[in-house]
Amino acid sequence: MNANPGEVTRVQELVYELKIDQVMTRDVISVTPDTTLGDLKELLRTKRISGVPVVQEGALVGMISIENVILALERGELAAPVGSRMTTDVVSVRAEDTVVSAVNLFARYGYGRFPVLDGKGALVGILTKGDIVRGMLKRMEVEWQAEELERYRASHIFEDIESDETGLILRYRVKRQDFIRAGEAASKIKRALERLGAHPRIIRRVAVASYEAETNLVIHSVGGEIIAEIHPDRIKLVAVDSGPGIADVQQALQAGYSTAPDWIRELGFGAGMGLSNIKACSDSMKLESELGVGTRLELTIKLQ
Amino acid sequence: MITVREIVSALSLEVVAGGEHLDRTVTGGYASDLLSCVMARALPGNVWITLQAHMNVVAVAALLDLSCVIITEGVRPEAEVLAKADERSIAVLLTTETTYAIVCALAGLGITGQSEC
Repeated sequence: MNANPGEVTRVQELVYELKIDQVMTRDVISVTPDTTLGDLKELLRTKRISGVPVVQEGALVGMISIENVILALERGELAAPVGSRMTTDVVSVRAEDTVVSAVNLFARYGYGRFPVLDGKGALVGILTKGDIVRGMLKRMEVEWQAEELERYRASHIFEDIESDETGLILRYRVKRQDFIRAGEAASKIKRALERLGAHPRIIRRVAVASYEAETNLVIHSVGGEIIAEIHPDRIKLVAVDSGPGIADVQQALQAGYSTAPDWIRELGFGAGMGLSNIKACSDSMKLESELGVGTRLELTIKLQ
Repeated sequence: MITVREIVSALSLEVVAGGEHLDRTVTGGYASDLLSCVMARALPGNVWITLQAHMNVVAVAALLDLSCVIITEGVRPEAEVLAKADERSIAVLLTTETTYAIVCALAGLGITGQSEC
């Protein structure tokens, strides 16, 4: 899928959601102002980092980076104390701020790292661009796993629940002549099957059959219900209504036969194809009706 | 394989819903104004050409996972229909041409009437 300009990506969302203290490095490697630049050079080399905060009696007093060390090397000043070369005009971030504020600071100052202070001004961490990338990837990984787990659970529901026969029953009430909502039950059944991991070809058959059964209730009945029973090996669809009933069931089953009035046909319904469509999509189908009592359509689609 | 976007530009169609789903591949086409016929015959990814413009067009297109719907002869769906189409990720395209003219143009682009997904 192509990202739409103006559409906020998950990464952009995360930058606003994540707090700095969720991604920062907590074990801060620091030096004191009287550490020599030579000792600092060794520290940066062995820890494979490129800069550290300078702390005196627990308080942040400056930042010093590998660039200061390189300059000192050039000038033969490795014996000089960090305190004489550090940046004292320190830009820091606050632990409770969102990652986006730090992203803006990285862009503005071009620094490699920012010290992280808590509400009282104490140094609690250090933040690099790498920390942000790692933090976001980790969060996305966690979310992805949670999503996968949910999907797995939905598609294995029948294996997880033990009984002699497990079934999932979805019941939808359908109102007469509600053409606006016609198809909603079918689309909800379709979505449920997708979540359960059914094969697309099976989902299509169930969608067609349930849509036709639902529109039949909307067009012809005084109102009724669509009941989908999902079993591990089959789905049973039942459409029941409480009238008016079908005069001649055999005739109703003929393709092209329709009792729908003209105004309904103008909407594209009532082609007389509904029941034959349902039959074509089903492994078995039964239609029972009694005038003045109601109609019951039952069909089964095998899931294998 | 041709995408919805390529059809939109080749046929100068007006995109009125589902504008962010134009990169779908079109697997073939089906033309009818009878919903049950569409239900029976249109395949996933197909373009559906019709004169109908009411809410159930969206329901049918979504249930069948069609790639887009072209509504012909200048018929304009109501705002609620377009909102529903956006919600269900269905691209709705309009034209003042007839269904027949659109089908001919689609055939010229190589879109056939019998296609497996």
